Amino acid sequence: MTTTQPPGGLPEVEIDPAALRQLADARMNIELDTGDMILNLGPQHPATHGTLRLVVRLDGERVIAADPIIGYMHRGYEKLAEYRTYPQITTLINRIDWLSSFANEVPFIHAAERLMEIEAPPRAEYIRTILTELSRIATFLLFLGEMGLQVGAITPAFYGFRDREYVLNLIEAVTGGRFHPNFNRIGGLKDDLPWGFIAECRTVMAKVMESCDEFEDLVVGNPIFQQRTRSIGIIPAALGASYGVSGSNLRASGVDWDLRRDGPPYLVYGDLDWKVWTHPDGDSFSRYWVRLQETRESARMILQMLDALPAGPVMAKVPRIIKVPEGEAFVNTENPLGEMAYYVVSKGATGPFRVKIRSASFSNVSILPWLLRGCYVPDVVTILASLYFILGDIDR
Amino acid sequence: MSAALAVDVGWGTTTAIKTLVVLGVVPLTALLLGYIFLLKMMSHMQSRLGPMDPGGFHGWYQLIGDGIKFLQKEDIMPAEADRKVFALAPAIVVMSTFLVFVVIPAGPRMVVRDLDVGVFYALAVSSLSVIGVLMAGWASSNKYALIGALRAAAQLIAYELPLVLAVVGVVIQTGTMSLQGIVRFQQDGAIFGFSGIGLPLILTQFVGFAIFMVAAQAELTQPPFDMPVAESELVSGYMVEYTGFRFLFFFIGEFGTAFAFSALAATLFLGGWSIPGVDGTAADVLGPIVLVVKVLFVAFLMFWARFTYPRFREDQLQALAWKWLIPIALANILVTGVLKVAF
Repeated sequence: MTTTQPPGGLPEVEIDPAALRQLADARMNIELDTGDMILNLGPQHPATHGTLRLVVRLDGERVIAADPIIGYMHRGYEKLAEYRTYPQITTLINRIDWLSSFANEVPFIHAAERLMEIEAPPRAEYIRTILTELSRIATFLLFLGEMGLQVGAITPAFYGFRDREYVLNLIEAVTGGRFHPNFNRIGGLKDDLPWGFIAECRTVMAKVMESCDEFEDLVVGNPIFQQRTRSIGIIPAALGASYGVSGSNLRASGVDWDLRRDGPPYLVYGDLDWKVWTHPDGDSFSRYWVRLQETRESARMILQMLDALPAGPVMAKVPRIIKVPEGEAFVNTENPLGEMAYYVVSKGATGPFRVKIRSASFSNVSILPWLLRGCYVPDVVTILASLYFILGDIDR
Repeated sequence: MSAALAVDVGWGTTTAIKTLVVLGVVPLTALLLGYIFLLKMMSHMQSRLGPMDPGGFHGWYQLIGDGIKFLQKEDIMPAEADRKVFALAPAIVVMSTFLVFVVIPAGPRMVVRDLDVGVFYALAVSSLSVIGVLMAGWASSNKYALIGALRAAAQLIAYELPLVLAVVGVVIQTGTMSLQGIVRFQQDGAIFGFSGIGLPLILTQFVGFAIFMVAAQAELTQPPFDMPVAESELVSGYMVEYTGFRFLFFFIGEFGTAFAFSALAATLFLGGWSIPGVDGTAADVLGPIVLVVKVLFVAFLMFWARFTYPRFREDQLQALAWKWLIPIALANILVTGVLKVAF
């Protein structure tokens, strides 16, 4: 027992040597404690494919906190839309999710058509659905390859790009643009399908199916890939839904919800025989797996539509100068990245009074701070890749 | 070597020639592997052509052109870098590659220096590169480079063990650590009395060969063990701040070391330069060709894995080394030792 006599005649304090030792140890631990490192992922970083910035606080390789900073690509489309006429706006919204531009046009055009009480002819709706699904396949093929790249395998990326090119060629054949088709018109489409499209599309769909099998062998079946993605970045279904995560990301968490089937009916999905794929796990692997199955499913849907394509015009009767009557319309659709919605308010002019765009990636990445906490630096990359966001879709 | 030329040259000339050969062999082999595997094989595996135009024939000139381009580039040094260490690091990485080639025999007399502890020496100098890597990562004063360098250090040290343990089996069986001696053993050996192909040690040391290949892959920080340079997250890790000539050094080091490890594997397990029944000057002439063919085969296996697999995470590759490779290598040594005593 050590006794000390403090000055000023205070009572004696007995200090247990064990406690003293403990105190010394604690002090030692404080001195050994290494400070956190703040690592800036992006805005220029290959994993963020675009200009997402992620400020990550690290303890060694473990992430303590991750803070996504967005807005480097904000282009103000909602405001720009207020100063343009309806036909002009499709050019803008093409550039929101630039990998599946055609799918972006559809909900906006539908909102405008609903306000004007115009219905596109059935052939136009079929072609719209085909093009939407083609852009979904193009987007997902890129994802299937790129996810491999982020995990460290270079080869799948090239396979993905190669097969996506066939699909983009199809889109180009119809619309004249690989990335920004700007092909939708209020009341229909600019043009009919080109000659020979149906036969060509069938061959390409066969190639897509083959490509999916290839990804199944090369990536999904790879033990290292499974090790890297299984039980990494698990999104619980309820939490994902509360963050507004949608699309394949939510279906990979076991939520059987697809706006093509469960939303208000749009395009021709009701006529088709198809399946909504889900996976119970909610991890990076299941997100990859669900998208792989959805690519196949889309190819099957396109084959069905090619068989059932009705004849007729592709454009309804529409006044030369488009004025949309007063009113509001809300249309949400299942886009490749998730739920996309347009809320259009019209005051009867040639352009909308206000457009609110709900883009999928914005909500999908909002879960990142929760999702990245506690994982390792390499997992940050796989989780980012598996959530699959497009920067234009986050920042609009 | 000098004797093979049947000309009596002095010690100084011999040393000069040997130095030039080693100095020449590293960049040349780096170019060879880079061209064959990185530019051509990888491209064809990924259903593309790779460079086709430079030089006329399948873009053979591309890498040389790239090298010249690197020489012209500005040598950028980060403002906060530790200047001396930063400049020295690539040299150390390349130096370790040069030193390995000193002991690799390409013929009965085609060897720069046949050391009695050749295997030991080769593995020791090859692991010097980790110092260069650490220096590069630390001196760059870049967080990505630092993470990459520390990952590299942890990984190279972990895989040094299985690499050495895999070779121990060979050493036990041949009873020598001289690489020339190991090749001789394989040339003069016989499989149950049949001496047509000698006795390539891969037949008895196949476990050692597999472990050696995996560990060599990790030592080269190639996929699936390329966490230290992980391009999708660390943007090339410890070399992120290097440009121009210094970057070229790292590049040469990478492919030169790939060739050096392939040559080691070919020498230890596939018989090196040995052609059964051929010896003397004929073997001196044919030996290098035989060796290069075997090296290219081994390198093909390495690069095949490199272009196919995703990468392990840092903790997963550590687990692979400590939980699997090292115990298996130890068991291999035990079995080899028992069999050596039994027969």
